[in-house]
Amino acid sequence: MTTEQIDQLKHKAKEIRIATLKSLAAAGSGHTGGSLGMADVMAVLYFHSMKYRSKEPLWPQRDRLLLSIGHIAPVLYSSLALAGFFSVDELANLRKLGSRLQGHPGRDRGLPGIELSAGSLGQGLSVAVGMALAAKHQKQNYTIYAILGDGELQEGSIWEAAMSAGHYHLDNLIALVDRNGVQIDGSTEDVMALEPLNEKWTAFGWHVINCDGNDIKSLIEAYDNALLCHTKPSVIIAHTTMGKGVPEIEGDYHWHGKAPNTQQLKRFLNSMLQ
Amino acid sequence: MEEGISMKSFINKGNRSTKVGFGEGIKYAAEHNDKIIGLGSDITTSVGMNIFSEAFPERFYSLGIAEQNAIGVAAGMALSGLLPVFSTYAVFSSMRTLDQIRVSLCYNNLHVIIGGAHSGISVGPDGATHQALEDISALRALPNITLISPCDSSQTKVATIKAIETIDGPVYIRYGRESMPDFTDERQDFVIGESQLMKEGMDIAIIASGHLVWESLLAADKLKQHGFEARVINMHTIKPIDKQAIIKAAKECACILTAEEHQITGGLGSAVAEVVVKEFSVPMSFVGMPNCFGESGKARDLLDKYGMNADTIFAKAVKLIKRKNQ
Ligand SMILES: [Mg+2]
Repeated sequence: MTTEQIDQLKHKAKEIRIATLKSLAAAGSGHTGGSLGMADVMAVLYFHSMKYRSKEPLWPQRDRLLLSIGHIAPVLYSSLALAGFFSVDELANLRKLGSRLQGHPGRDRGLPGIELSAGSLGQGLSVAVGMALAAKHQKQNYTIYAILGDGELQEGSIWEAAMSAGHYHLDNLIALVDRNGVQIDGSTEDVMALEPLNEKWTAFGWHVINCDGNDIKSLIEAYDNALLCHTKPSVIIAHTTMGKGVPEIEGDYHWHGKAPNTQQLKRFLNSMLQ
Repeated sequence: MEEGISMKSFINKGNRSTKVGFGEGIKYAAEHNDKIIGLGSDITTSVGMNIFSEAFPERFYSLGIAEQNAIGVAAGMALSGLLPVFSTYAVFSSMRTLDQIRVSLCYNNLHVIIGGAHSGISVGPDGATHQALEDISALRALPNITLISPCDSSQTKVATIKAIETIDGPVYIRYGRESMPDFTDERQDFVIGESQLMKEGMDIAIIASGHLVWESLLAADKLKQHGFEARVINMHTIKPIDKQAIIKAAKECACILTAEEHQITGGLGSAVAEVVVKEFSVPMSFVGMPNCFGESGKARDLLDKYGMNADTIFAKAVKLIKRKNQ
């Protein structure tokens, strides 16, 4: 990985953030904090790690990405649009009546690149396990990525899924945890402690990788590390900062569930260009 | 609807559990379709899935006692071009998993077969925790799902095969544990969403599902002895419901009694009433569980105690016919 390639990915992440903020402002509601925090993860997935054909979204050999935390759909939509699955202009339709860009991803709307209708927390990892088992059953080589929130790990069904992935040694499955340390009511450790998190995943039979989820190089190393593991499923615990990229709201969990207004959008975009 | 057949056409070939029909149905379908995968939650034999898993061990995945995960796994497999069949006790497969069924299966509209085993009060001695009497109510409000409650073992086999071969979205098939009269033919015409006219009659229509179809036929026999001709309809598909058969029954019989081994609240009776009230209002009455929990006991004793038997159907039918004639 050259410095130039890393810089290109950083630039992609910035483009994703800008597109995400604009679509959230156009929608007037939505989840800004988590979406911005995951822009680097998405940039590396869609512009470095994943195999796909944006003009042939159902290409059978493609890698699959399941967004279990459906509420950060805006960052997924921006990434898909920038990756060429559909026009960037359509991002302005986020959350609007009749739109293909639902508040949480809805497959029935036919938006290219959406693999799963999801957003009820705790379900995406199970679906990913089913896909990974199916790929093995059918002797296919693609990889399944499941994006989970840290607060979401409080759902019991996540651990049912984790147990089954460990049981079947699903090395074609990579779970990605957005470890921003916060959820709606505050710090995850105050709401319901998750630590020791590494040990939990290890005990369930997973290969555990920690990385800086807002650092391109760290993310690439984590993905490469995960893809090299051929004995068990991998979980990348990506330590991120909610609202990353907009200094004014970085780390502020009050931005979990709201969208910028027109003035805020202007200010946020300006601050990003500095 | 099929042509009416007189009660004499129905002979109990011998008591048999509907779970055997379910297992045989999957096995038969799997012999013709290598996409079919079985998913189990530990109680493979007691839900009849062993008939499939023993024939196709390489196509069966054990997922442990973790039903919510099983529904998600089924969704992931369906999204990957496979056709998963998951069964466990109906209390778990319908209600513990309700949100997974709602979002991962129904919202995604995926072809997955869910078996609801040990449904109804005829589960018997296990008691209230394991007697699924609310599964149809819980699932009936969900868009895209098909709900089937076959009347006997042979029909359960046919229904399972048809659910696999002719439906696109999620399907829930409700079946029981106890050996009960097996009186239909495996070669029957069976179309999901089209009820079967089991007996013709104009004095009352008895619309039944599951084990209570046989009880309704017995009740119709007794009604005949008292000078009443009851129409008996096997409403094996509760969703989507056969509206035309209900409207026709309302117009021709002028009163409708429903019979199900399930809570009256929200089940088959409610589904029929929704059509009757909207399309052609006639007096109705309901046989089913009166919104209470069951208890331990033998299947037959429980069906008798809680009024889900031929005698209760007969008594409520007589009362309803009187009401209609007032
Ligand atoms: Mg969080």
